[in-house]
Amino acid sequence: MTLHAAPVSAPTALERGAAAPGVTIRVDVGPLLPRRGRANVGDTVFRALTAAGAWSLVAVLLSIVAILVWKSADAVRTFGWGFLSEQTWDPVANEYGALPFIYGTLASSLLALLQAVPLGVGTAIFLSEMAPSWLRTPVAFLVELLAAIPSVVYGLWGIFVLVPWVRSTVAPALTHTLGFLPFFQGPSYGVGMLTASMVLAVMIVPYITSVAVEVFRTVPVAQREGALALGATRWEMIRMGVLPYGRAGVIGAIMLGLGRALGETMAVTMVIGNRPEIAVSFFAPGSTMASVIANEFAEATSELYVQVLVEIGLVLLVVTMLVNVLARLLIWRVGDGGGGSGH
Amino acid sequence: MRPLVRLLAITSAALWLATGSAQAQLQLNGAGATFPYPMYSKWFSLYGAIDPTSRFNYQSIGSGGGIKQISEQTVDFGATDGPMSDEQLRAAKGGPVLHVPTVMGAVVLTYNVEGLPELKLTPEIVADVFLGRIVKWNDGAIAAANPGAALPAQDIVVVHRSDGSGTTYIFTDYLSKVSRAWLDTVGRGTAVRWPVGLGGKGNEGVTGLVKQTPFSLGYVELVYALSNQLPFAAVKNRAGQLVTPTLASVTAAAADTAVEMPNDFRMSITDASGAEAYPIAGMTWLLVYEKQADAAKGAKLLAFLDWALTEGQNAAAPLNYAPLPPAVAAKARAALARITMADGRPLAGK
Repeated sequence: MTLHAAPVSAPTALERGAAAPGVTIRVDVGPLLPRRGRANVGDTVFRALTAAGAWSLVAVLLSIVAILVWKSADAVRTFGWGFLSEQTWDPVANEYGALPFIYGTLASSLLALLQAVPLGVGTAIFLSEMAPSWLRTPVAFLVELLAAIPSVVYGLWGIFVLVPWVRSTVAPALTHTLGFLPFFQGPSYGVGMLTASMVLAVMIVPYITSVAVEVFRTVPVAQREGALALGATRWEMIRMGVLPYGRAGVIGAIMLGLGRALGETMAVTMVIGNRPEIAVSFFAPGSTMASVIANEFAEATSELYVQVLVEIGLVLLVVTMLVNVLARLLIWRVGDGGGGSGH
Repeated sequence: MRPLVRLLAITSAALWLATGSAQAQLQLNGAGATFPYPMYSKWFSLYGAIDPTSRFNYQSIGSGGGIKQISEQTVDFGATDGPMSDEQLRAAKGGPVLHVPTVMGAVVLTYNVEGLPELKLTPEIVADVFLGRIVKWNDGAIAAANPGAALPAQDIVVVHRSDGSGTTYIFTDYLSKVSRAWLDTVGRGTAVRWPVGLGGKGNEGVTGLVKQTPFSLGYVELVYALSNQLPFAAVKNRAGQLVTPTLASVTAAAADTAVEMPNDFRMSITDASGAEAYPIAGMTWLLVYEKQADAAKGAKLLAFLDWALTEGQNAAAPLNYAPLPPAVAAKARAALARITMADGRPLAGK
């Protein structure tokens, strides 16, 4: 089949819903070419190649979704919607409920964001607005190096450094100061939701920082100079001139970090305590969707057990997608909303 | 598959042209339990020197995976720490599966209490601690079992495996035998619903947690505890003897049961009756189809298994695995006769 595209100004293959590989696409790239009409062969081939690449990625995602749906069909039929609200996890009795894992995933990721956002955005502001230029490159490089550390190494660091520290210092201090809140009560073994969120926070800071730095670098110098010329202090200049301008980008950066946190497996598994229960206290051990799959998939002997774990994978995918959709909406709202100068 | 086979043939041809050997190599693939993996690796390399024409390739993906793969006939042999259930045996696509016992292991209770060089436990104490009924180290029951020991008035931090594992199966199988309450509320499995405690991933995860957490008590494989010099408890067995886990006391756990060993070798040896027996012990099995579709591979597999049950047993102790008692090994060797060609004719194995 052949698609005849109506001559529009610079359409992209993606926008026009180009077809699967193996389909010839004739495109009128009109204004991009010196002479209207005949696109040369090189352009056509290049366009087809890039389109094929893009669509194959979409195909991979769809096939993953299809496999997850197909391989968890029995579990979905057996447990229905109750699977999402059940709290019992007992492989021996074949009783499965995903709520503790859903809670654990969301709680650990959001707690991680609470710690990583001030740290990451603060670092980004320092690097783009305040750091002397000789310091900027090495610090940025070191922060980005954090992203290159394998998660099992983070897990080991968590077990040997963070866990004892949380048990002996952080948890008692939190109990002492914020002990009136139910979140900071009960014994701390060092492993648990709080420790997992701390490891996650360190893991996602480089993503937030490096994207946020790039965003702040795009703020026109005139904005800054204008604010200073009007008598703003440096902090006011950052607050009124830089931050609003980069708001959408920073939210994007935070969402990138959140996506990373939701799916993190190994490091979390090593320090969260792996207890499929919903506890109010952040000191208590918990469990996440990714960690339960990593823990139990290899030794899941019954057919239903495997199906249930695949279904958890499906739930994780859906949750991650919902978070991304929310992020998109948020960025659009922020991006279209007023308040940001320089748009 | 054809081109792949041809590619393999060409590759192996290239290999022996390169090495100057004039023999074709036959590759046998297996997958399964992680616990015996170091043992099997050692065996495959030792056996390679005896029979250079065979090559073994083993993926340690866990017992569950091993059972799945042999059932689907995607590997030539499987490996598991927990016997296949009747239902799983029926589901195997290649007919009857033979469980061939290879070596033995044990689960030990390791702990972290300062000033407690040795710890003595009874089945009741172990069950009650893991059920969450005994919560303090200085509980009356523990004090009675450890006269004169300085037991702290601290909460016991229970540590268990978070990942499904044969180790957990052996441990919960033992608890199900010695405690009615455990059997009724938790039961046995590679992963169970733990009443109390923290979960660590793998033996190294449990060890890390126990080492990091004062007043903790967890369970790990004997192999692991020995090679990492962890302190572990002596446990009172069914005969009323306190037994420290050693290779000899693990082998003893199967020695007394050799008499009543069923013909399919699917037997739990926890809570064994012998006076010398360490009670939390288990066997690990290789899973082989009794009817071998490929005669050449079947013959190689049979010869290897026969070697593993005789010569191979000597390689176990240096790696901290307990060898099978001679009576069990002899019985298993006799059972190898059940492995035949697809039409029932004997394989040219031994």
